[in-house]
Amino acid sequence: MAKALSRFAGMGKKYGVEWWILVIGALIILAIVYMALFPGAIAPFNPHNQNAGPQLLPPGGEHIMGTDNLQRDVWSRIVYGSQTILRVAILAAIISSVFGITLGLVSGFSGGFFDRIVSLIMDSLYSFPGLILAIAFAAMLGPGVINITLAVAVIYIPTYFRLVRGQTLAIKEELYVEAARSIGASGSTILWRYIFPNVIATTVVVFTLNVADAIMIEAALTYLGLGLPPSIVDWGMDLAMGKKFLPSGQWWLITFPGAMISILALGFTMLGEGLAEILNPRLLER
Amino acid sequence: MKSLTRYIITRLLLTIPMVFILLSIVFVVLRIMPGDPVSSMLGGHAPEKVIEQKKVELGLNRPMAIQYLNYLWQVCRLDLGESMVFKQRVTRAIAEKLPATIELSIFGVIITLFLGIFLGAYAADKRRMARDYVIRLYGIVVYCIPVYWMGLMLQLIFGIWLDFLPIAGRTGPRVFASTFEKTGFYILDTILVKDFSALGDVLVHLILPAFTLGLVLSGIFLRLTRANMLDVLKADYIVAAEARGIKHRKIVYKHALKNAFIPILTMMGLQVALLMAGAVLTETTFSWPGMGRLLLERIYLRDYPTIQGVIIVIALVVATASLIVDIIYAIVDPRVRY
Repeated sequence: MAKALSRFAGMGKKYGVEWWILVIGALIILAIVYMALFPGAIAPFNPHNQNAGPQLLPPGGEHIMGTDNLQRDVWSRIVYGSQTILRVAILAAIISSVFGITLGLVSGFSGGFFDRIVSLIMDSLYSFPGLILAIAFAAMLGPGVINITLAVAVIYIPTYFRLVRGQTLAIKEELYVEAARSIGASGSTILWRYIFPNVIATTVVVFTLNVADAIMIEAALTYLGLGLPPSIVDWGMDLAMGKKFLPSGQWWLITFPGAMISILALGFTMLGEGLAEILNPRLLER
Repeated sequence: MKSLTRYIITRLLLTIPMVFILLSIVFVVLRIMPGDPVSSMLGGHAPEKVIEQKKVELGLNRPMAIQYLNYLWQVCRLDLGESMVFKQRVTRAIAEKLPATIELSIFGVIITLFLGIFLGAYAADKRRMARDYVIRLYGIVVYCIPVYWMGLMLQLIFGIWLDFLPIAGRTGPRVFASTFEKTGFYILDTILVKDFSALGDVLVHLILPAFTLGLVLSGIFLRLTRANMLDVLKADYIVAAEARGIKHRKIVYKHALKNAFIPILTMMGLQVALLMAGAVLTETTFSWPGMGRLLLERIYLRDYPTIQGVIIVIALVVATASLIVDIIYAIVDPRVRY
């Protein structure tokens, strides 16, 4: 234990601020993941309980974040809402990375007409505002956790595709790939055993930053009323509901859900930033 | 200049496949998904016969391939068709809303560039000092604040608590709509008719939305500027300028920033998409009657032609903006050519 701790501090000395950025990011994520896994242990009320306290009570006492217009406890809704946003954002990032990486590998490796067409489609999607695309997809698919996940996932496929395709094109020309080919390795062996392992490392950072972005997009969609049925507890939907009480000054209804979205996105961004600087020491010279 | 003309034409031609592919994706997705304009127009309980008749009227009964080819031909003639829900040309609906979005975006960009470039240059100059870390932290934090929440918080602070800035719309109730008929850009319109109290009203309404958009995007530009400035500050001519005894501040903000600006400019072209997305969200928070609100309204009504039209126009705006940036880049740096 002591050894692990001293190693931990040693990392801090070696990498400086970047290491602490990574650690803080990881701690934020862990705290919110804990919230999502054991909401019952943290939340004092049921998030759907419409009798948790008086209506629109300001923060303080029993309700540390106040209550909303339907007499529900805001803090309990925050705790349970973490499940929805984490599930959608992480699942979306996984789906888009699987599709994007596979397409990028195959497209970059095979080249030719197929590569041109796929690249053209991906570049077109990439240059278009992702959020607007997600709005269109979410509206067409209708409300639901799976649907919103797909809508968010679609817009990140080009990011992975472009990254992986570029890397594949470079690695394809490496000497060890040529060596593998010369001893008779098949195309798929080269692709999955020689190229894939070398490409996957660079996607880690992109994945983390992708989750951060997906968090904000998910919340944007539900804030616009596009993503989820009202029976699901979600930060973006709570924010949209709280917006109605802004003119009358009930600040806690918008402040807390919005702050949580920011903090969670910040956690993943910091983790990604820290990883990027540590995995790519050249940047450290800056 | 001849090669520049060729460069511009090449870039223009390259935007065509992009718009075409987006259009095709949206066209197909719209028609595969459940829900259609007829049932959202007539409600779910209209008699079968009425629904069929309406579908024939709108051409929705024809095979999808035919609908698609018809639509493509229409778009080639620069006609976006008529709304399926309202009696209104799509081009007209868009022409009414586009200036609002562009006006907002331009002011957002001005604030972003101002904040991002100066903070970024300052941070690069004070590299690895406390001030650098504070500015970088600002950059990361501000990037993680969703645009809509930033808008709501600014509304709460400046509109409700301090109560001195309006939180919704492009003008107050006292300003007459007849002032705004020439261009749709309210600032231009009010200047054209020399109505300066209306101009003041328009500007006051622009402050919060523009700052919302500007603040959130400033994080990205701050990082870009800082990274580029760090490279430039290492260059020999900076050392030489230092050796000649030129004031440090002048070196950083005049010599270095000018050279760091070229790569920043190219990055700007890539951020236009982000800007449009931000503008859409800002519009919904501030009841700003622009493209974003139009898109959302019509999506609920399944108004195919209008949704397609909005997507095309946004794609064109993005393509045009990045084209302009690229052309400026090509003029500033003559080495860039296809």
